[in-house]
Amino acid sequence: MKIEDKKRVLREMVLHRRFEERCYQAYIERKIGGFLHLYPGQEACCNGVMEAARPGHDYVITGYRDHVHAIKCGADPKEVMAELYGKETGSSKGRGGSMHIFDAGKRFMGGYALVGGPFPLAAGIAKAIQMKGGDEIAICFLGDAANNQGVFHETMNMAALWKLPVLFVCENNLYGIGTSIERSTAVVHQHKRVAAYNIPADECDGQDIEIVYEHARRAVDHVRSGNGPFFLELMTYRYRGHSMSDSRGYRSREEEELWKQRDPIFILRDRLIKEGALTMAEFETIEKETDAYIENEVIKFSEESPEPRVEDLEKYVLAERDTQLPWLTGKAA
Amino acid sequence: MANIMYWEAIQRAHDEEMARDPLEIMSVNFAWLAMDQMFNSAAKVRYMSGGQLTAPCVFRSAGGAAHQLGAQHSARMEKVFMGIAGLRVVTPSNPKQAYGLLKSAIRCDDPVFINEHELMYNMKGEVPDSEYFHPLEGSEVARAGTDVTLFGYNISVHWCLKAAEILDKQYGISAEVVDLYSLSPLDRAGIKASVSKTHRAVIAEEDEAPVGVGSEVIAIINEECFFELDAAPVRVHSALVPQPYNHTLEKAAIPDHEDVVKAVLKLFGKA
Ligand SMILES: Cc1ncc(C[n+]2csc(CCOP(=O)(O)OP(=O)(O)O)c2C)c(N)n1
Ligand SMILES: [Mg+2]
Repeated sequence: MKIEDKKRVLREMVLHRRFEERCYQAYIERKIGGFLHLYPGQEACCNGVMEAARPGHDYVITGYRDHVHAIKCGADPKEVMAELYGKETGSSKGRGGSMHIFDAGKRFMGGYALVGGPFPLAAGIAKAIQMKGGDEIAICFLGDAANNQGVFHETMNMAALWKLPVLFVCENNLYGIGTSIERSTAVVHQHKRVAAYNIPADECDGQDIEIVYEHARRAVDHVRSGNGPFFLELMTYRYRGHSMSDSRGYRSREEEELWKQRDPIFILRDRLIKEGALTMAEFETIEKETDAYIENEVIKFSEESPEPRVEDLEKYVLAERDTQLPWLTGKAA
Repeated sequence: MANIMYWEAIQRAHDEEMARDPLEIMSVNFAWLAMDQMFNSAAKVRYMSGGQLTAPCVFRSAGGAAHQLGAQHSARMEKVFMGIAGLRVVTPSNPKQAYGLLKSAIRCDDPVFINEHELMYNMKGEVPDSEYFHPLEGSEVARAGTDVTLFGYNISVHWCLKAAEILDKQYGISAEVVDLYSLSPLDRAGIKASVSKTHRAVIAEEDEAPVGVGSEVIAIINEECFFELDAAPVRVHSALVPQPYNHTLEKAAIPDHEDVVKAVLKLFGKA
């Protein structure tokens, strides 16, 4: 990666980290409700892959741990936070919540709450790209446990059969909620599972963004060149519990510490410092500026935004009736 | 009698009935993924095999709006399950039922779906100290009354009880509350008996209409005791929307005891 890109991504990753930590605080303050799944620890995965892809051009879809993926695709952090606050200005107008961030304009095709749900949707998006003949690709970010859903296999089969332009990124953080991968899954290394469908696959460290980037570049090239799907497994770790009601009793503090020594932000920061492209003081400034941005813009916007109107409860369930009359009533407009 | 929580009552039944292990589906929203196994296999295998095979399995699962969990984690699915031949559906409204219905479901040779509610696990109630099997069929009069019957199940039984209290104290209306803990089959005789006594009916459910317990109970009333009615029965139910995340919209989408009170007052021409 170019130095300038690395410096930019470092700043983005700091934003992603601080954004999520701020969500945690807002949840404690009861500004955010429902389920909240946070991303700290895994930042190099989304960032490394999307640096190799084209955010805003390629279609991205993921599960419920979706804030950072949305922001990386170009969603406005203010609108993502406003969504968590349930506000009308939120990316899903307050209807979706944390697990359902959408920004179709930025080709972020959503967060979904059912594990494995996005697999076939990603294949469907890729099928549409293929039919239209565009140069976009579909990228599906999911966890390790998601691969145990039946629909994983159905999707892999069709994606391979039709040579769909879809990149499956498995963020293997070793746990599905409180169940370690050894207890839930017959194979720990997920990339092995797609061999049955002749889908090429790769696995690498998910903490060092430059490693992720190099592997992702090859994966993205493969898919964009019309060779069909690719499966990329990134070995990573989430620092916080699965969601907010998780005291992490299923793993040791030592294990967590070990992973924190390979923190994706610190790895990149220290490398840039070593390369003479950054000083510690500059990094601290980035952190301060990020916090100020989150407080003065993101949080302020979310706090001050209006709630949806109760009269609009049934809006968005179906298409606006007026626009559909010929088909609904059988009468010409 | 022991005063224990709903989830503790379930745990006790699990512990006592080790031989047949009930299957817990964390949330009914995820049950869609197992529909083929539940509907096409478990519910039909006895019939398809001319009685040679059985599927004496128990599926427990929680549904309902549990504070801003959003569209994909708040569904109610009882209306789907209760329309399937070969499947029994029960839905406990208190710890005693949670314990006793699970015990009976495990012993019963039919597949049984037990519909729980996310918000009820910490609810406390009396459970007999000795082993107790709650009947899988029937209904229970949770509060006797003379002027109107409030039909509820699971969480809506509690809205009905609260509404009955208010109706009694503030409006002098005596409401009977009938707990429809069995959704399939529904208790035709119990529904008929209560409506024949009170001549008025309100059915409260968290599920959205159309299609559901409300429409089914009204159909039964029409079939069993239409000429006993003094007024057209009323349904209280959720709006037909995927559950909104926003707190205010969520509250607007689902009913509560106040909506039950309003429905009754309307029935009596008082609102
Ligand atoms: C169909 C379905 N079953 C169960 C759940 C409950 N659930 C939510 S997240 C999760 C674990 C998923 O783990 P993984 O795919 O590794 O993703 P991670 O959370 O680690 O990012 C489970 C079982 C669900 N949301 N959907
Ligand atoms: Mg995982």
